[in-house]
This record gives sequence, structure tokens and C-alpha cells, in this order.
Amino acid sequence: MNTAMQNPKSIESFELYAPKLATKEEFFVGGHRACQGCGEALAIRLMCKALGKDTVITNATGCMEVISSVYPTTAWNLPWIHVAFPNSASVGSGVEAGLTALRRKGKIADRRIKSVAIGGDGGTMDIGFQALSGAMERGHDMLYVCFDNEAYMNTGIQRSSGTPFLAATTTAPAGKVVPGNQVWKKNLPEIMVAHNVPYVATACQSYPIDFMNKVKKARQVKGPSYIHCFVTCPTGWRSPSETCIKLGRLALETGIFPLYEVEDGKYRMTVEVPEKRRPVQEYLKGQGRFRHLTPDQIQVIQERVDIEWDMLMIKVQNSKSRAELRAKRAK
Amino acid sequence: MGKRVGMEVAIASAEAAALCKFDVASVYPITPQSHVAEHLSDIVADGRVDASFITVESEHSALSSAMGASATGARVVTATSSQGLLFMSEVMPITSAMRLPIVMIIANRAVSGPINIWNDHSDIMPMRDTGWISFFADNGQEVVDMVIQAFKVGEDRRVMLPVNVNMDGFQLTHVVEPIIMPDQEEVDKFLPPYEPFATLHPDKVVSMGTLGMPEFFTEAQKSKNVALVNSKKVILEVWKEWEKQFGRKYEPIQSYRTEDAEIALLTMGSMGETAEIAIDELRKQGVKVGLLKIKLWRPFPFDELKKAVKGIKVLAVTDRACSFGGPGGPVFSEIRSALYDVPKRPKIVNFIIGLGGRDVPMEGFMEMVQKAAKGKLSEPYEFYGVRG
Ligand SMILES: Cc1ncc(C[n+]2csc(CCOP(=O)(O)OP(=O)(O)O)c2C)c(N)n1
Ligand code: SF4
Ligand SMILES: [Mg+2]
Repeated sequence: MNTAMQNPKSIESFELYAPKLATKEEFFVGGHRACQGCGEALAIRLMCKALGKDTVITNATGCMEVISSVYPTTAWNLPWIHVAFPNSASVGSGVEAGLTALRRKGKIADRRIKSVAIGGDGGTMDIGFQALSGAMERGHDMLYVCFDNEAYMNTGIQRSSGTPFLAATTTAPAGKVVPGNQVWKKNLPEIMVAHNVPYVATACQSYPIDFMNKVKKARQVKGPSYIHCFVTCPTGWRSPSETCIKLGRLALETGIFPLYEVEDGKYRMTVEVPEKRRPVQEYLKGQGRFRHLTPDQIQVIQERVDIEWDMLMIKVQNSKSRAELRAKRAK
Repeated sequence: MGKRVGMEVAIASAEAAALCKFDVASVYPITPQSHVAEHLSDIVADGRVDASFITVESEHSALSSAMGASATGARVVTATSSQGLLFMSEVMPITSAMRLPIVMIIANRAVSGPINIWNDHSDIMPMRDTGWISFFADNGQEVVDMVIQAFKVGEDRRVMLPVNVNMDGFQLTHVVEPIIMPDQEEVDKFLPPYEPFATLHPDKVVSMGTLGMPEFFTEAQKSKNVALVNSKKVILEVWKEWEKQFGRKYEPIQSYRTEDAEIALLTMGSMGETAEIAIDELRKQGVKVGLLKIKLWRPFPFDELKKAVKGIKVLAVTDRACSFGGPGGPVFSEIRSALYDVPKRPKIVNFIIGLGGRDVPMEGFMEMVQKAAKGKLSEPYEFYGVRG
């Protein structure tokens, strides 16, 4: 018996403290078909809690659409639409345009309903990249959340532009000559910052409060916002289900996937990373997709992570928001 | 009563959509549709219609965002042509499967290889089986009328399907024609506000576009087919109503001078008007010839076709697209198959004409009739006017 059950008044009691942090209402309900320890399904559940009722979700084709919507069942307690793989950003932009027009014309109730489009790394960074760029650039009042599990999991773990350097996937296998994926992961949050999106953030299912706070913040933005949520996929990463949360934490503590937000152009770290970051080795070793790596290759990854970290710190230390710059000019 | 105006047909098509007071337009420009895109944005920018205009970054997104908007219950118009339509093709069958009554104005243009901006029907033909209702207009008046009719048909609760209105690129889009523009009050009387049966709204939560496993997929396909087949009844009803209110008659297949005809030409789109002149000319020479014009391509008007070919000995079907390596043009295949069970069916020959803007003058149609008179061509189908 755990402590909470023995003493429901203790701080570990879910009943006591959890409702203050997140609603107990479920908008993405159980009974769906995600694998055990799926970080993506967990992240979606958290996202929905943070979004609340007045939300319309547009889902790209991918694991989450498949596991949640096998006709005649659905895991969604929010209005939800799925059209295809490359277009959740454009469908979501149409949802926003439709709701806005109907509200303005008095055809639906006069209240703000947020259009939220979601997709995997494939549906966002690759095939849906153009649609995402268009939707963000056009300034729709919508949130886009990319759930990045670093490969096309739904179709059998093929490589995407979110796949990390040297990871083995089914289309970038660890061969005798070519040891896995040959290029570095594309930095999509940075590309979204370059779109002048007012709010861009990174997140991870292992930091639920941080993620939900970001979702709430993004929801408030009047205009486009983007969250890049790093999610564990035990099936695709060849990692034990029970390490779902641990791997997300290691990704942060090694500096591989730092959690930050960029508000109006200003960078800010949202979850502290230990002064002495853990060696990347600790993150890599628990995953079958990195099993083939040699010490030299791990060293190459370590150096890259260190440099990327430094680059990010330069932004965190020096970036200014547009509002700050405007105020400075006005003086 | 409407006003007779001289107006470029592309612009008139956008004006027709404006009369229907669309809520959202989502359009990506492409020649020869661009004037539709531009004019729809003018209409929105000038506040003549209270709507959102989405300046999408591609046709794939044009139809996708149109779907998103339509799913919220908005009345949505889009428009495209050629490569743009092919770019939309992934989304086309999903639109009809999700029963979203979007209206799409298509400025028909050849599909590339080599690139060509001029008119034929090679863009719409590959979309034949995507589950949309498909109208073909002969002239600017029909374009305007059909755009308005399209909203009424598509949004009918018994239908709930997307509709495309096909107008020939340049031959129609860029030509100024005399058109009777219906009044706003007349259109308001004809077209009721759109009342969707399910929308994306938190007050009534629905999941749209769920996964269909093998045990449901066939049923989903059949239900789309039933909806499309049954839509004909509503189309005929709407056309009757249109005729009563506006005095212009619409039929799935329009017959021209076929009463005692032994030979008939069959066309779709603006070439029908040139063919009519050829028929008049041949009639003067005593040839018993007539013309059939298909206005309703999907759902295919089987009964009307069978009725229309009664007494005709030779039917010369013109196609404005190829089915490479196939049995002839796509229209020809359909017609031949549709008439297979008719005991006294005409001999059917096929001319593939007017590809990529190649002109077919009146004399061309006269020559086709002469060639067809034998009931057989020297080849299974002829690329009319081809060199070499
Ligand atoms: C146009 C198109 N190309 C390819 C596919 C096949 N496909 C469906 S989902 C998918 C991968 C999804 O990967 P991702 O977006 O990363 O989501 P995940 O399943 O990993 O959550 C692919 C390749 C498709 N449905 N549509
Ligand atoms: S394959 Fe990965 S992303 Fe897909 S359901 Fe399983 S754990 Fe989740
Ligand atoms: Mg993925």
C-alpha cells in the first residue's frame, strides 16, 4: 500500500494536491490503444487538461490519431477532426477561420474557442512543414503542438528530420557501413521563432507542470503559438516502457533537449538544468536505437550537445523581447 | 429581376459565390483561375461579404483549410485549376467522405507534361472518382447559375456533399459574356442559410475523420456512393426550382436538335456552343445530326443518357482528356459502359479533341460528324487534328 492510501492527508495524496495543479476532468480518456509507456499519449492527456473545454483539436495522421479514433470508438472528449497526414496546420487554420467568421456573424455563441492543431514530428517537421509555416505566418489565432518522438512511429519507426544523429531507424538502420541516421536533428522551434511567432516553447511529458503551464500560456496568445513537445516512444526507441519519464528527464539533464520558451523574441529557460550536465552517454545507453554507438561517436554527440547548449545560453543571456526594444527606443 | 451585365466569367463566378454569402474563402491562385481568387479577395476586402479569406500557401492547404472551416459549420468556397487540383487530390475524397458541402469553382486547364496553361479536362477527369458532385458549364450564365445551385444542392440534408463547378479555362474564364446576375433578394429566396448537422464545437462534442477498419470501411464507401447516387433527385428538384424562379432550364443532359437525328455529337463544357453552330450548318445541308451536352458528370445521369440516345444510330463522343493506354477517353468509356445494356444502342466512336487549348473550329465538328457517319473510325479512338 502506498503512503497516499495509508494517509490520505499526506502531501503524496493525489486527491489532495493534484486538483490544484490540473483538472481532474479528462478530455483524452483511457481505453485508447497506445503502447505501454507511450510518452506521446501522456503528453496529449496533459495538453488537453491544460486547454480545457473550449478547444477544437485537429490531429494529423500518425500514432495518436490511430490509437485514439478507431471507429466507432473515440478517446476524445473535445471536438476533434482528423483529415490527413500533411495538413493538420492548414485544417486547424480553417477551423480558426470558420469559428472566427461564424462568431463575428453571430451564427455561433460569442465566446473564444481555441483551435489547436497537433501532429507528430513527421506530420510537423517533414510532410506538414509547409502547411505549418503557412499557418503560423498567416497569424491565425491557433496553437500548434508538435509531439516529437523522433521518427515515423505509426508506420514502423522510419527516420524523420527529427531523428537524432546516428539513431537507428528502419530507414536509417545501423548498417555495417552506415551507422544510423547521418544528419543532426532539425531545430524546428528555432524555425518557428524565425516566423516571429509570439510564443514558442519546448516541452516534455516528463515535466508535466511545465508543459501544462506552457500550453495555458500559448492558449492565451491572440495569434499563433507553437510548442515542441519531446515525447518518449518505448516501441520506437527500443527502451523499456517504465523508463518513459526517466528518459525525458535524462534528455533535459544531459542538455540534449532543454526546456525553454521564447516570448516575443526573448528566450528563457523554464526548467533548471544541473550546473554540471550529465554526460549524454547516460541518456543514450538506455535505448536500443543507440546500441551500436562507439565511444568515439558518443564523444561526437557530446561535443555537439555542448555547443548547442552554449548557443542556446547565448540567446538566453542576450535576447531581448520586442517590447523591451520598443521601450528602449521610446526613451 | 436580375440585371443583364457584361462580365468576365471568372469574376462572375466569384460574384455568384458572393451572392451566396460565403463565410470563408480559401483559395490559392493559378492560371486561369487567378481572377476568381483575386475577385473573391476583393469582395472580402471591400466588406461586400462578411467572410474570412484565407491566403493559403498551397492548394493542398486551400482545400484542407476549407474542410476545417466547413467542419465548423461555415459556408465555404474554394477554386482551383490543373496542377492545383491535382495537388488537392489527396484531400478530395476525404472532403466527400466527411460530407462537407464545400463548393469548388474549377477553371479547367490541362495537366502538365509539358506544362501548359490552356484549357482541356485533364485536371477534373482524374478526380472523377473522389465522390464529389460535378457540374459542367457551357457558358458564363451557366457558371453563375451553377455556383448558386451548387450550394443549395450540396448543403441539402439529403445530400451533404461537396460540389465542383467546371468552367473551361480562358474559353470561359477570361471572356466577357452577357450574364443575367440574379439579385440578392432572389438568391436569398432560393438559397436558405446553411444548417449543418454536426459541427466542431465544444457544446456538442464530436470526432470527425476517425479510423475505418476493414469491418467498417466498405460500409463507409457504400454510404458515400448511395449519397452521391441519391443526390440526383435533389439536383433535379433544385434545377426545377431554379427554372421556376429564374426561368432558365437545367438538365443533366441537354439535347440539341436531336429529334430525328441519326448521328449525334456529345460534348462537355464550352465547346458545346461551337458544336451547336456546326450542327446548324450540317442541318442546313440536310444531315440528320444533333448534339448532346453533359451538364451533370457526377452523379452520372444513366437514365437521361439512355433516353437521349433513343433513335440515334451513331454517337460521336468527344473527350478533352486522355486515358493513356486505356480504351479511349474517359467520357467515352463511361458512355459506352452506360449504354452496354441498351438493346438498341448506337454505335459509339471517340474523338479526343482540344487538348491543352488546341482550338476546334466549327469545321472541326462538321468533319467529325462526317467521319463518324460510317459508325467506325480507322482507329479505336482518334486524336482529332493531331500531326503525325
Ligand atoms: C501523404 C501520406 N504519406 C505517408 C503516409 C503514411 N504515414 C502515416 S503516419 C506516418 C508517420 C507518422 O509519423 P509522425 O508524424 O512522426 O507521428 P508518430 O506516428 O510518430 O506519432 C506516415 C509516414 C500518409 N498517411 N500520408
Ligand atoms: S509506437 Fe510509440 S508513439 Fe506510437 S503508440 Fe507506441 S509508444 Fe506511442
Ligand atoms: Mg513521430
